[in-house]
Amino acid sequence: MSRVTILSIVASAALLLYILEMVRRRKLREEYSILWLFGSVVILVLSLKKNWLDSLAHALGIVYPPSFLFLVGILFILLILIHFSIAISKLHMMNKKMAQEIAMLKNQQGPQADH
Amino acid sequence: MNPGMEGTSPHTLVVLPAYQEERSIGPLVRSLRERFLYDVLVVNDGSTDGTSDAAREAGAIVLDLPCNLGIGGAVQTGFHYARDRGYDVVVRIDGDGQHEIEDIPKVLEPILTGRADAAIGSRFLGEAGYRGSIPRIFGIRFFRLLVNVTTGYRVTDPTSGFFAINRPLIEFYSHHYPSDYPEVDAYILMHRLKSRAVEVPVRMYERAEGKSSITTYRAVYYMVKVTLSYLINCLRRFA
Repeated sequence: MSRVTILSIVASAALLLYILEMVRRRKLREEYSILWLFGSVVILVLSLKKNWLDSLAHALGIVYPPSFLFLVGILFILLILIHFSIAISKLHMMNKKMAQEIAMLKNQQGPQADH
Repeated sequence: MNPGMEGTSPHTLVVLPAYQEERSIGPLVRSLRERFLYDVLVVNDGSTDGTSDAAREAGAIVLDLPCNLGIGGAVQTGFHYARDRGYDVVVRIDGDGQHEIEDIPKVLEPILTGRADAAIGSRFLGEAGYRGSIPRIFGIRFFRLLVNVTTGYRVTDPTSGFFAINRPLIEFYSHHYPSDYPEVDAYILMHRLKSRAVEVPVRMYERAEGKSSITTYRAVYYMVKVTLSYLINCLRRFA
């Protein structure tokens, strides 16, 4: 077992446990944990099953199999970031709607009720 | 129409978005109230100065946004208010005194006679002379072309923030209105609704107080963002 394989097993296992613990403590919502969990499981499995990694890398024409792990990792990070951009856009829209509603509610309460 | 005492019927609301305009908003609201019978709504876009009080003292209805939403979000708040309170027509003008309020009846006329759904004041039509900086003029030419090619509207002043709209557009805009730099985008929305849009000549002035939201530095971002959202709006469906 090469050192990079050991590193990726330890790192992905630690990531998996950390994400699970955060979800358990309700510091991370389930919907935002799915991609993280899925990504870390895929990397963990590919690190443990060296022959799977080798044949997948070979099929894709990758000479050095562990670099396929990096590719998978980067793709998941990309997906997670896109997911965040969408989530931020949604929050932005909700925030705008709420600000508008607050402005109208304050007006209904009477012009003096500013503070 | 009697051009002397506009404002009783139909129910018309003048919407002024204002951000840090404590010096110009008071006199502007006062002259609007002296000259017309329309209700005047100031949407205070999270100003930290005395904009809100100045507008209220001058007799405007004031909506205070708890944070700065940008011009589109502020104007949309006005449409929302107009929709909820049953206004038939909204006139939107800038809160900084750039737009000549004596031209409001001219902008309203196509809406009141039912000739158009939206009437947009243009500083380039008629004898109203306007000189701007080179990037601004370039941007205006660019958007003119973009609007003409994609919607067929023949516009001379695509970034004009001086316009009047009727009830169907008020309702539509209260749901869908772009967040920043909304005027160019609005043409695609109007095109989708098959709205009749006309331009009328108006006078616009250089800003008396405060700072324009469009500096040369932001012009590039403005062009890219508007072009992008414009093209994406072409692909969008609206319920």
